[in-house]
Amino acid sequence: MYTEKVMDHFQNPRNVGVLADADGVGQVGNPVCGDMMTFYIKVKGHRLADVKFQTFGCGAAIAVSSMVSEMAIGKTLDEAMAITNETVAEELGGLPKNKLHCSNLGADALHAAIQNYKDRQVGFAEPVKEVKEHEAHEEACHCPYCETPIETGDKVFCTACKVSLVECPACGGITKSGEPCLHCGVETKKA
Amino acid sequence: MRRRYFDHIAATPVHPDVMAAMQPFFGEKFGNPQSLHTDGQTALAGLDGAREKVAALLGAKPEEILLTSSGSESNNFAVKGIAVANQARGRHLVVSAVEHPSVLNPAKSLEKHGFRTTVVPVDRYGRVDPADVEKALTPETILVSVMMANSEVGTIEPVGEIARLCRARNVLVHTDAVAAAGSIPIDVKELDVDALSLAANQFYGPRGAAAVYVRKGVRVLPLIEGGLQEGGRRAGSEDVPAIVGLGRAAALAVERLEARRAEALPLRDRLIAELPRRVERVVLTGHPTERLPHHASFCVEFIEGEAMLLHLDMKGISVSSGSACTSKSLKVSHVLLAMGLDHALAQGSVVFSLVEGTPAEDVDHVLDVFPPIIDRLRTMSPLWTKFLQERT
Repeated sequence: MYTEKVMDHFQNPRNVGVLADADGVGQVGNPVCGDMMTFYIKVKGHRLADVKFQTFGCGAAIAVSSMVSEMAIGKTLDEAMAITNETVAEELGGLPKNKLHCSNLGADALHAAIQNYKDRQVGFAEPVKEVKEHEAHEEACHCPYCETPIETGDKVFCTACKVSLVECPACGGITKSGEPCLHCGVETKKA
Repeated sequence: MRRRYFDHIAATPVHPDVMAAMQPFFGEKFGNPQSLHTDGQTALAGLDGAREKVAALLGAKPEEILLTSSGSESNNFAVKGIAVANQARGRHLVVSAVEHPSVLNPAKSLEKHGFRTTVVPVDRYGRVDPADVEKALTPETILVSVMMANSEVGTIEPVGEIARLCRARNVLVHTDAVAAAGSIPIDVKELDVDALSLAANQFYGPRGAAAVYVRKGVRVLPLIEGGLQEGGRRAGSEDVPAIVGLGRAAALAVERLEARRAEALPLRDRLIAELPRRVERVVLTGHPTERLPHHASFCVEFIEGEAMLLHLDMKGISVSSGSACTSKSLKVSHVLLAMGLDHALAQGSVVFSLVEGTPAEDVDHVLDVFPPIIDRLRTMSPLWTKFLQERT
């Protein structure tokens, strides 16, 4: 099911841990959808001097976090921002189709940590957003039209049926943007 | 490395006696049981023998046993076949929230054809309260389907009690006994159910052979129409070798039911007692006593099931999990959610189900390798770190 490289990173994940004095912290996902990742970065002279992560999730999620951390260390912030889900999945020798969303999470978590660092630099140090159980809806883990797993956030797009989705402001359910919420009927905004 | 198999609920190994019984029906006894010549009649004798053995396992008459290709087909046939055949009396069905998808989805698809389904809840052990079934019954109700035992959490349901109260209201009862048959005693007359599904692959028979008991006089329409096999209720040339295997497996189950139970119980109970003692924040899922004798299922907090499954696999241990990441649909087990477990906890699902002949040392091995695996995964888990911080 998984490539040798995925299994290697899963069995011997690199850079697991917490940086107590991190310059930036990024957290994405939630246990409701199955995966949650926290990335910690240490920045020296615009380069990622150290990256650590913690992951709650499946084999693919753990391998992706490990690979992202390995790819990111030593890179400039701009280079690290250029790491995408595709490059991570590629480095791992591919992922099963239904696990590709895990690679989105890895790159997103790293980017969130870098964004957090940049925010802190300009004195805008918003604490890491905590995901609370009641805020996360299981319906929000999948495209409501084709059941493909999606990652929730401000911009949601189902890669399988090519529609822009939004989180309903009232109930948190996922609906095609600009249409009445599938779950509660409230109008949603156009993405 | 020797494999240690704890995934009875996925598949049981085919018993050597079963394989031996099947063998001739691939070769010298290859005939079609519908043929009138000697070759056909030899195959028919194999089919009839199997039907009698399945009937004996259930306390049914041979003519009440209909042979199918899988537990899912049996469930589909029972739910759809009975609902459609009896719709003149009403179009309402009652099923439990923890049914197998092969019961839930047919019930759901019948809704597109004008039927209505009520899903009754379960308690935190996964048990249906017969009073909830009674409350769900309406004058329109024609069929109630509640499983004998749940494969994900091992809980045994009070099917006899449910059947009793349905009988009083003239409502038919089907029970999915796929997870239970061959592991616990089942007598359809004592249970007083109208239909019951079972599959050979859950009691050391081959895949591709299953059965439905349909009580004499209960109307049911075929899913597969064509020839007059199975009395016109299921068309298609019979898979004679597999069915003969089902029959031999049913006979073995009759012989060995008590021995299997006596062998599995102490191992199951050791897992249930020891795992939560050796690893903190591990909870048993399903009923502590009203459960299958070979079944020990847990949820481990702060980690995810697939990662656990892969690590156990690398130690030679095969298990199942109900986590979202292990399922094709990437959805967490509907059974665990119906029991009121929160999503994060349900993600940590792990199911140990014993097969016949498991040595006690295999359970010791599980107990030895499990705690360090959990430690490793928890060290990587942000939820565990948060828990430790909040505890101090």
